[in-house]
Amino acid sequence: MIHDVVVIGAGPAGMSAAVQLRKLGASVLVVDEQPAPGGQIWRGIERNASGPIAVALGPDYQKGRALTAAFRASGAEYSPSTQVWQIEDEWTLFLTSEGKARRVRARAVLLSNGAQERPVPFPGWTLPGVMTVGAAQILLKSGGMLPQGNVWIAGAGPLPLLYATQVLGLKGQISGFLDTSRGLNLAALAKLPAAWRDLPSLAKGLKWQRELRRNGRMIRGVSDLRAEGNGRLQQLEWTAGGVRRKAKADVLLVHEGVVPRIHETLALGCDHDWNPAQKYFAARSNRWGETSRPGLFVAGDASGIGGWTAATVSGEIAALGLAGHLGIKVDTEALRRENQLDGRRSRALALRPFLDALYTPPTTSIADDVVVCRCEEVTAGTIRKVARTSTSDPNAIKAATRCGMGPCQGRQCGYTVQAILAEVHNLPVGDVSFFNIRPPLKPITLGEIASLGELEDAE
Amino acid sequence: MKADLLVIGGGLHGLSVALQSARRGVSVILVERHFLGRHASGATAAGVRTLGRHPAELPLSLEAAATWHAMTDLVGDDCGFNACGQLQVAEDETALAKIRDRVSRLEAQGFTHERLIGSNELHSLVPDLARHCLGAAWTVDDGSADPHRTIGAFRDAAIAAGVQIVEKCLVTGLVRHSTHWLAQTSKGVIEAGLIVNAGGAWADQVAALAGDPVHQAIRTSMMVVTERTSARVKPVVSSLGQKLSFKQTAQGTLVIGGGSQGKLAPDRQSASVDMVALAASVGAAVRLFPAVEGIRIVRTWAGMEAMTPDHLPVIGFSHRVDGLIHAFGFSGHGFQLVPSVGRAVADLVCQGSTNLDLSAFDVTRIAIERAAA
Repeated sequence: MIHDVVVIGAGPAGMSAAVQLRKLGASVLVVDEQPAPGGQIWRGIERNASGPIAVALGPDYQKGRALTAAFRASGAEYSPSTQVWQIEDEWTLFLTSEGKARRVRARAVLLSNGAQERPVPFPGWTLPGVMTVGAAQILLKSGGMLPQGNVWIAGAGPLPLLYATQVLGLKGQISGFLDTSRGLNLAALAKLPAAWRDLPSLAKGLKWQRELRRNGRMIRGVSDLRAEGNGRLQQLEWTAGGVRRKAKADVLLVHEGVVPRIHETLALGCDHDWNPAQKYFAARSNRWGETSRPGLFVAGDASGIGGWTAATVSGEIAALGLAGHLGIKVDTEALRRENQLDGRRSRALALRPFLDALYTPPTTSIADDVVVCRCEEVTAGTIRKVARTSTSDPNAIKAATRCGMGPCQGRQCGYTVQAILAEVHNLPVGDVSFFNIRPPLKPITLGEIASLGELEDAE
Repeated sequence: MKADLLVIGGGLHGLSVALQSARRGVSVILVERHFLGRHASGATAAGVRTLGRHPAELPLSLEAAATWHAMTDLVGDDCGFNACGQLQVAEDETALAKIRDRVSRLEAQGFTHERLIGSNELHSLVPDLARHCLGAAWTVDDGSADPHRTIGAFRDAAIAAGVQIVEKCLVTGLVRHSTHWLAQTSKGVIEAGLIVNAGGAWADQVAALAGDPVHQAIRTSMMVVTERTSARVKPVVSSLGQKLSFKQTAQGTLVIGGGSQGKLAPDRQSASVDMVALAASVGAAVRLFPAVEGIRIVRTWAGMEAMTPDHLPVIGFSHRVDGLIHAFGFSGHGFQLVPSVGRAVADLVCQGSTNLDLSAFDVTRIAIERAAA
C-alpha cells in the first residue's frame, strides 16, 4: 500500500499537518521516535496531565493537550517509537521499530522533525556531569527527574530560562545561572518594537528572568567557561566583569540555542540556505513548505527555528501544499486565507528577530586542545592543522581526521568544523558547506539491514 | 602555469603517477576537480589483494604487492597497510571446486601467492566464521590499508617531490598543439607536453576533451562501516560467488563491501545507496559471521569508479592523439595496483615505454569510432 503522505515527527508541526491532511481526505502515516505524541515541547503531554510537574511545566506546555487529542482522533496512522533511517526517491522510507526494519511507500513526505541543540565545544564539555539543558528537560518531562547537587546552568536563549523556572517551581536547586548572552544590545533593541506584537511572550521571558534573580544567582556577561574535574565534573571556571571566578559544581547544563535538523534534507540533496543571524543551514522551501525536491516538504523548526506556535501554523500550510501536490480537489489559496495562516504565522514569528539579536550564537574561536568530534575524539587543533593544507571542504577534513565519521554522523561537530574552516581560510562561515550526509540517518544493526534482503526474497 | 606533465585527476592513481614521474626529474602539475581522493580513492575498502586477480593484471599486482610491504620506502609512511592476509571462502562444494581449479591453474603457471586451505585451517584463522564454510583460497601476504592515510602519504610525498597540486580545478578544454597541450581549467590555462588521464569515473570526459573518445560505464560499489567493536576478525574475508568483502579496521570498525551497486544519478555526477541491494552484501556478512548481527551500522556510501566491459583497466598511450596517456577504468579493484601502475605510467612518461606488457589494457578496446573526416 502507498500512503498519500508520511509525516516524520509528531510534534506541533507534524500533528497539525496530520490533522489538516486527514480533514482534506489524505491517508497519512505519522512516524515518531518518541513513545507518545507531543515532540520535544510537549514531550509526555498525555502522562503529565496533572500534579506538580504539570503545573511546573507551565501554561504553554498544557496548550499541547488539545492538538494532541485532535491528532489522536484524526484517523492518521501512527507509528511511535520508530526511527526513519533512510529515505529513497519518490518515496520509499526505511523504518525500524521494536528491532525490526521495514519499508513503507508514500506519494509525498513531510519532514517535521524539529531541531537539535547547537553543540558548542568548550574546555571540559565532554566530562561526565556536563549535559545540555534540553537533555535535562527531557528527563524532567519523561521521568519527573531533577538534577541533584551543585547544579549550574550556562548559556543563552529562552530554553535555559524556562527550564530554570520549571526546576525552581518544583523546589529544585540551582546554584547559579551563567548568562553567556551579550545582554540587551543595540541590535536587539532595534528589533524590540516589532517584538511588541507578541507581548505575552515578551512578558513571559521577563518573568522567567525575574524569578531567577529572586531565587538564585544570575551572573551576566559570562565568557571563557571551563569545566574541570578528575573523571567527572567537579569545578567550573568563568570570566565575568573582567574577573576570573571558580565554583564547585556537580552538574553543568549548557545551551546555546537550537538549530534545524538537516541531515534528512542534506542526504536527499535539497537546496539549503544559510541563516547568518543564527548561523545554521535550513532546507530552502517555497511558500507551501515544499523543498527543492518535489513532493518533499518541511514544516516547523526543521524548516528554520520559529518556535511551537509558528510550527503549528507551518504544519497547516504544508498540509495545504501537500494537498496541492497530491491533486486533492480543494482551493488551497482560499483555505490559506480563511484560516488566516499568513497572519497567524507572522504574529507567531514577531518575537523571533528580537530573540535572534539578543541570543546570537557564540563566535569565540575554539582553543586547540578542545575536543570537537566526541565520537572520534578529534580536537580543534587537529582540524586547524589539516584545514591549513586542505581545501575549504569539510569532507576533506572528515576524510583526513575521521572527524564526523562516528555514530552521531557529524551532528555534534558539523558546524564547528565549518567555523574552523571559515576561520582558517578567511571565508564567510556561510560560504563553507556541511558534511555530505550518508545513510543510515540513524544507526541500525547489520541484522536489521540483512532482514531487508529476506523481505525482498519473500516478495 | 606550465609543466612537462599535466596529470588530470587527484585520486591515488593520479598521485602515484605524478609522484613517480616527478622523482625522475619531470615537472608535474596535478589538477583535481574537487579535493584529493574525493571519489573512488576515498570511498574504497582499500583491500590490498592479489587474490583472484585476472591473469593479465597479475604482473602489476605482484609488483604492487612487493611495494606495499615496503611502502615506507616509496612514500615515507606504511599507509596503514596491515598484512593480515585475504581469504576467499567457499560456502559450498561448487565454490570449493572453482577455487581448487583456479589455485591449480596458477600453480601450473608458477604462481604461488594463492594457497588452498581446508576447513580446519580456515576456522583456526577465523574462529568466528560460520561452520558451513568448507575451505578457502588464502593469500598470506595480502591485507588492507587505510585509504585516507594512503591519500595523505602520496600527497605529501608528491609535494615533496615537487608536484604542484591544484584542487578545485576543473578541466574544461584540451587543445593539442604541435609540441604541447593547452589545458583550459577553472583556474587558468596550463601548458604541458604530456597529459595523463587519471579521471576515474570522469575519465571518458577527459578523453573526449582530448579527442580520443571512449565508452565506459560507472561502477557505484557500496560500502558499510559499523561502530567500533572488539577485535574478532583478522584477515579480509570474501566469499566466492557472493558480493561480499568483510574486514575489521585498525580502529575496530567493520567494513563491508563487495560490489553491491548503488544508484547512479541520471547526470552521472553522483551515486546514492540502494538499501535493498546493500542488504544482499550485509546478509552475506551476517551469514558468514552470525555474531556481528547486533552491531550498529554508522555509515554507508556508494563510490564512483570507471568500469570497462572486461573489468580490466585502460593503461597506455592514446593511438589517436599525441601526448596522451590513459590510466583509468580500474573497475572497482584498482587500489592495490596504485604503486605499480604509477611506476609503469611514469616509465611511459619518461621513456615512452615500459618493461610490462600493457596490451591487455589497450584503450582501443573501449574506443568510440569517430566518423571519417
